[in-house]
Amino acid sequence: MTLRLDDLRLTRGVTHVLDGVSLEARAAEFISILGPSGAGKSTLFELLLGSLEPDGGQISFNGQPVQGRDLFAFMPQRDALMPWRRVIDNIALGLEVQGLPRRAARERVRPLLPRFGLDGFERHWPHQLSGGMRQRAALARTLVQDRPLLLLDEPFGALDALTRTRMQRWLEARLQETRVTTLLVTHDVREAVALSDRIYLLSPRPARVVEVFDVPQPRPRMETGPGEEALALETRILRTLLEGERE
Amino acid sequence: MDIADVSRAAARGLKRAAPALVSVILILLGWEVYVDLSGISATALPAPSRVAEQGWQARAVLAENALATLTATLSGFAVSLACAFVLSVAIDFVPLLRRALFPVFVISQTLPLVAIAPLVVLWFGFGLLPKILLVALVTFFPMLVALVDGYEATDRDITRLLRSMGAGRGQVFWRARLPSALPFFFAGLRISITYAVVAAIFAEYAGAARGLGIFILNAKNNFRPDLVLAAVFVSSALTLALFALAVLAQYMSQPWRRA
Ligand SMILES: Nc1ncnc2c1ncn2[C@@H]1O[C@H](COP(=O)(O)OP(=O)(O)OP(=O)(O)O)[C@@H](O)[C@H]1O
Ligand SMILES: [Mg+2]
Repeated sequence: MTLRLDDLRLTRGVTHVLDGVSLEARAAEFISILGPSGAGKSTLFELLLGSLEPDGGQISFNGQPVQGRDLFAFMPQRDALMPWRRVIDNIALGLEVQGLPRRAARERVRPLLPRFGLDGFERHWPHQLSGGMRQRAALARTLVQDRPLLLLDEPFGALDALTRTRMQRWLEARLQETRVTTLLVTHDVREAVALSDRIYLLSPRPARVVEVFDVPQPRPRMETGPGEEALALETRILRTLLEGERE
Repeated sequence: MDIADVSRAAARGLKRAAPALVSVILILLGWEVYVDLSGISATALPAPSRVAEQGWQARAVLAENALATLTATLSGFAVSLACAFVLSVAIDFVPLLRRALFPVFVISQTLPLVAIAPLVVLWFGFGLLPKILLVALVTFFPMLVALVDGYEATDRDITRLLRSMGAGRGQVFWRARLPSALPFFFAGLRISITYAVVAAIFAEYAGAARGLGIFILNAKNNFRPDLVLAAVFVSSALTLALFALAVLAQYMSQPWRRA
């Protein structure tokens, strides 16, 4: 199973956003896309989801052009929980869209709630949750869809440092249980190094891939904190990012 | 939603209405005292006590006419709402319709009711139909705009999310755009329902067998300002009651906002 993005180019209005972005994700890999704000990371996801068409380049899955959208489970940059749905119904949204009746969809997701730390909150409304709980609900909504590829757009960007670390650990543990192929967009170098098998570094807009870093360190990594090699890698990535901005 | 919830909400509403009640009572008191001291004749400015007394004596007639006005208001508003909803959905799915129809509706809003009401009565008679048409004329467009703007206010991330789940246009509308429009819809509803009463009374004034409008016209022609004012109070009470109903409907239909 391989997802390939090949030389994607895109101009939105007058803004030249993507200037030939290529990347690859193989089965069970965790890929991070790291880049400055406004580089075009979310735009890349919009191309994958088919809500935008690239001006050039192509996206293929196992050698075939991607068509239909039932490949990706997507978590938008803001949690996008529906305020008018209870927590459990937000999590079950994808199943309902696929045609499952509400009651059956609820029964399917109910047993998963404890693992997401949402036990006892299924009848709550989203605005009654803390920021971290909202993100976990949004993640749960993404994971229950059972799609081969996860697209996570800065899932922890809006959280405080402590909650973010807790959520990263928790995500790492979840992904240890089920190795699902994941594309993560992030600003956070430490997060990328801790979670990824491979990191694609984007330039400022118009985005190109500046460098690709492999992260071979053994897992789990979050429990122990970054080792010496990971720290060295973080430094290298940061330096490359800062140099890119100076250009 | 249980009884305790409703009564708690009612208590909260009463507490918030208290200052308004006090000022209304003060105005009525001032009015009463002024009429008393100035000795102005009752055919020019009747005191509130006289209005209340005469209104009470005429209560059977007033109630009958108020019922007619209420019927006209509600049937006109129901027709208007149904049309606005159907058309708003059509516009949401076929944006071209918006550009074709909105200018026409905007022009319809510029027509002065005083000029239109007698014409509509002339064309359609003294029955319910001209009232329905006039109430609809006044309330249809605001409701349509509220709905269409409400759909547009849908969070783009939610739309994108639903699309990624495989939802088509219909599901996106049903699951995201319609619920997103609810606050807009109710804001429009609260305002439109008050215009609806005024429009119904206007239509009756231009010609009707029954209704507060025609009651007011007759009372005026008989030099009975006390009865005119009694009918005005009844129509205000009617409007306030409908407004309260709209608020209650909003409260009931958005459980997530009261949790
Ligand atoms: N709907 C749109 N229409 C036109 N241009 C857009 C639109 N959305 C985004 N852009 C432009 O595309 C560029 C990339 O936006 P994008 O949201 O992909 O950045 P990003 O890398 O996700 O940034 P961030 O890290 O801040 O989320 C920006 O310059 C933005 O101005
Ligand atoms: Mg983004």
